[in-house]
Amino acid sequence: MLTIVIFLPLAAATLLALRGLGGRRAIWVWIAATAVDLILVAAMWLGYRGGIGHETRLRWIPSAGAGYHVGVDGMSLPLIAMTALLFLLCAVYSLRGTERPRSYAALFLFLQTVSIGVFAALDLLLFFVFFDLSIVGMYFVIVGWGHGDRARSALTFFLYTFLGSLVLLLGFIGLFLGAEPHTFDLTDLAANPPFSGSPGSAAPVLIAIFVGFAVKTPVVPLHTWLPPAHTDAPAAGSAVLAGVLLKMGTYGLARIALPTLPVAWQRYAWVIIAIGVVSLLYGALVALAQENLKRLIAYTSVNHMGYIVLALGAAGLVAGDVRARELAVTGAVTQMVGHGLVTGALFLLTGVFWDRARAYELNRFGGIAANAPILTALTAVAAFASLGLPGFSGFIAEFQILAGVIGAGAVVAGALAVLGILITAALFLRVLRKVFLGGPGELTGRVTEVRPAELAAVAPLLALSLIIGIAPRWLLDLIDPVAAALVALVSR
Amino acid sequence: MNGLLWVLPGLPAVSGALLLIAHLVPSRRHDGGAEPYGEPARGRSGWASGKGGAHGEPAAGRRPGGLLRGAREGLAGPVAVLVAVVTLLVAVLVAVDRPRADTVLFDGLRSGLAVDGLSAVMVVTVAAVALAVLAFAAGEARDARFFGLMLLFTAAMLVTVTAADLALLLMAWEVMGAMSYALIGYRWHDAEHARSADLAFVTTRAGDLGLYLAAGCALAGTGSLSLAALPAAGSPWAHLIAAGIVVAALGKSAQLPFSFWLSRAMAGPSAVSALLHSATMVAAGAYLLLRVEPLLAATGWAATLVAWAGALTALLLGAVALAQRDLKQLLAASTCAQVGFMVLAAGVAAVAGGVAHLVAHAAVKSLLFLCAGVWLTTLGTEDLVRLRGAARRHPVTGVTFGIGAAALAGLPPLSLWVTKDAVLASVHPPALRVVAFAATLLAAAYATKALIVVWRPGAPAPPQPGKRPGEGPLGWAPLAALALAAAGFGVVGVPVVFDGWAGLLGVPAERGPGAAELAVSGGLAVVVAGLVLAVRRRGVRPLGVDLWWGPARWFGLERVARTAVARPVMALAGALARFDDRVIDGAVHGAARAVTRAAGIARTPVETGIDGVVRAVAAGAGRLGTLARRPQTGQAHLYLAQAAIGLALLAVVIALVR
Repeated sequence: MLTIVIFLPLAAATLLALRGLGGRRAIWVWIAATAVDLILVAAMWLGYRGGIGHETRLRWIPSAGAGYHVGVDGMSLPLIAMTALLFLLCAVYSLRGTERPRSYAALFLFLQTVSIGVFAALDLLLFFVFFDLSIVGMYFVIVGWGHGDRARSALTFFLYTFLGSLVLLLGFIGLFLGAEPHTFDLTDLAANPPFSGSPGSAAPVLIAIFVGFAVKTPVVPLHTWLPPAHTDAPAAGSAVLAGVLLKMGTYGLARIALPTLPVAWQRYAWVIIAIGVVSLLYGALVALAQENLKRLIAYTSVNHMGYIVLALGAAGLVAGDVRARELAVTGAVTQMVGHGLVTGALFLLTGVFWDRARAYELNRFGGIAANAPILTALTAVAAFASLGLPGFSGFIAEFQILAGVIGAGAVVAGALAVLGILITAALFLRVLRKVFLGGPGELTGRVTEVRPAELAAVAPLLALSLIIGIAPRWLLDLIDPVAAALVALVSR
Repeated sequence: MNGLLWVLPGLPAVSGALLLIAHLVPSRRHDGGAEPYGEPARGRSGWASGKGGAHGEPAAGRRPGGLLRGAREGLAGPVAVLVAVVTLLVAVLVAVDRPRADTVLFDGLRSGLAVDGLSAVMVVTVAAVALAVLAFAAGEARDARFFGLMLLFTAAMLVTVTAADLALLLMAWEVMGAMSYALIGYRWHDAEHARSADLAFVTTRAGDLGLYLAAGCALAGTGSLSLAALPAAGSPWAHLIAAGIVVAALGKSAQLPFSFWLSRAMAGPSAVSALLHSATMVAAGAYLLLRVEPLLAATGWAATLVAWAGALTALLLGAVALAQRDLKQLLAASTCAQVGFMVLAAGVAAVAGGVAHLVAHAAVKSLLFLCAGVWLTTLGTEDLVRLRGAARRHPVTGVTFGIGAAALAGLPPLSLWVTKDAVLASVHPPALRVVAFAATLLAAAYATKALIVVWRPGAPAPPQPGKRPGEGPLGWAPLAALALAAAGFGVVGVPVVFDGWAGLLGVPAERGPGAAELAVSGGLAVVVAGLVLAVRRRGVRPLGVDLWWGPARWFGLERVARTAVARPVMALAGALARFDDRVIDGAVHGAARAVTRAAGIARTPVETGIDGVVRAVAAGAGRLGTLARRPQTGQAHLYLAQAAIGLALLAVVIALVR
């Protein structure tokens, strides 16, 4: 079942490549494929019974200790569901029209396969293959359908993240060599952590893996590929980049680094916490100074992902209260899901601006609430969701992270991190005021109301964020056991 | 019955959300904040002067498709009133029944709503004031956006006062802040109003950070988020929790040093102020402090800090109120000052007195703001000078405003006279007592000032044509009900009633206001009121100093916050953004350029060098080949000659070697 979920989009992509479909019809094939995939994921969710579910383990490269090993648990399942939903809504969003729809749809379907593959992989080599292919796919999305200085942005994105993934590969090889017997299998590595005899050699491996994932997350100061890539990517590409691809970094930290290198993770927990705090404050402050809407949202991603790094760092504070640490990890996973929904919605909304006015500069707009009340309402809701207003997923995530981090004993780090939510509030209110309120600006006249396809793509994301924000138990019940398991793994 | 407790906030929340959606759905083109009554946008003298405000907005248009929309917008008011009526009924039911509703929000941490004595009083107060304000606003025929936001605002306050744990409390607390943002920025066409809304939200959220910190520390200190468990927290944690809660409460209640946001909050319609200044928002901070009074007392310093913060706010913001020349600004400052008494009550463990003051003040202040809104709409001015005689022109508003203002002044036998003394009765440190008592005298002065101005004979500003709010039953009934409460709630001070009140709240019996104290404070209030009357008669303006740091400008608090906090943060943000672009991104691109240059070096000297050697070798070999070809002529005689030379050389060599 899981294998079908992973490769169904790829099969649809080949279908698109084989037959000469019309543009509009290609989009509908795309929607149908992603919708079926989402239904399958929902069925998988309903059929999930704890532990590693829907597991498949086949021989692949036995000589290298690598196999085709996929499965889901309480951390990967919500992310796979979020990925499937976001790709479906990107398809719906593209109904409003796009250039070369056939290859566009095929590329996104390819990206969907590799994204779900990353979250499902339980083998490091398999993980790495999907992880690297996601970079390739996104490169072509930016260079083929982007705008502005897209070639340069795409190249920066590709080289930077590719370099990061090479460092990651070194770390994976380190894990392979450190394990007895040598293996790339993640469940075996977690059950029997490498370097248990020689903790000294675990440090360089952790550094390599951390740096590799830090580039993708991104963590300050390895984040500068992100703003240009977002600014010049098409709206759906930005939504996928922020919503799905960034999660691969933090997911990798939680899935790979934490369970396989527990001793090193504990030893460097304070360093990781500090990196998280710096990242989230820096991201928020730099976002506050941006004049370009898309760059601004890109920097808020740095802020939001910083909370996740902070929480994962706090998970390694073995002296702290176990329940508080579990709360922080639950918050981190919730943040991955919630950020995907809300930032995905925000980037899709920026696409409205580019579509209508070919500009993102805040000060060229103003008073849009008069032209486009629904667009204004959607953006306002997304902005408040992103700034962590209770009632939306962001609060559920950030409250758990902050309370968990402070409860685990990192009071100063928690107190500093709390400042981030104030800065985020200030920057989103600034955006709302400059763009939507007050008198009309230079380009305001061009901004018309959202179209049905745009509304249909954005509204479900925000509605889901609202549902998680008000009644989160159905999601947290899934995440809590895996958070407890992760904390137990890292405490060894 | 437990399910009913979720209905209490759920009903207004869901109806509010539906009204907001209904506001968006029917028409593609709408005109946002255009109000039928066009209450002119105004605010503190200075920043709003010269702005057209709401008058410059497009009128409520009847564009194509607007008819259906008009009907829906017209229904919004009655729907909201109906919801408020049902909410009040539910509030009374839960106040009697005291149910408890538990749920789990976060793993292993119980959350829930619970109604104890304090919550029972609060839910009824909130629901009643909300009903009065919404009924009055329905008479003004505002749009669905207004009613939707007001209902959500009320729902958030209802959760705040019934939440049994920090997580739910914080959720409601912040949602209330967001709704206040939307209501203050209701007339968003004016960028200045949007700025005021920003300022209010960011300032109150700065305080809210304390609650996040408190929640984390509660988790560490007590292993739960329960409010009831807080006093049991261990040594470092109890102090941190108290500090966080105090900061959050002072921010929400606009106490010093956060008071300035309430001045800017006046950008919202008067009906918003009537709710925001009375039973919700600013009351939430006082409520929270009264709720956690045992924790404050347990830490020692927190109770003292809170008592002084309240007393000083009552005093200094009383001076600010007295110095205002604008009715709404006067009322806003008086709100800070009056809430100061409630905060003081939390600091001196006068919970029964503090809650009584909260309830009485809620009635008084919503009444005063509703009346001010009527004059603002009909006369188009807020300026105290131009409001001369306004009360004579509108007898209903005039009389009810008079009752409210007299109560605010602490004149006997009205409510605040008694409730304020109920708080003061528990204030023991002499210095604190002096400050608090001086604050009550200032209250008498500023309230009398407002009262005199509107009742003084004179020609008020010409009425705006065609604007008639405050008329009809929806106009006068809420005012009358609020005036009745403002006048009569003082019975709570009768000793037997006061003990019963403390019993209702479930707090230990307090001393309550003594007869002698009441006589002295009532007498002094009358004297001060008389003095103000006399001074006014002579036309002397008290406190005419108009420096930026003076009371007329709210002691420049906003300016200080801007210069000391906002600007440095913005400067830091700008500096970091430049650092990000030039240094970090510069380093990355520099590294990329360095690699390109290294590649260039590898090409030009290195690669071409190696290539040159290879080529040279090849060329040399070729040349040698050419040379080697030379002898190969194909002519036998030459070959013979070459062989002869070769043999001769060989012979020479052999001969030499030998």
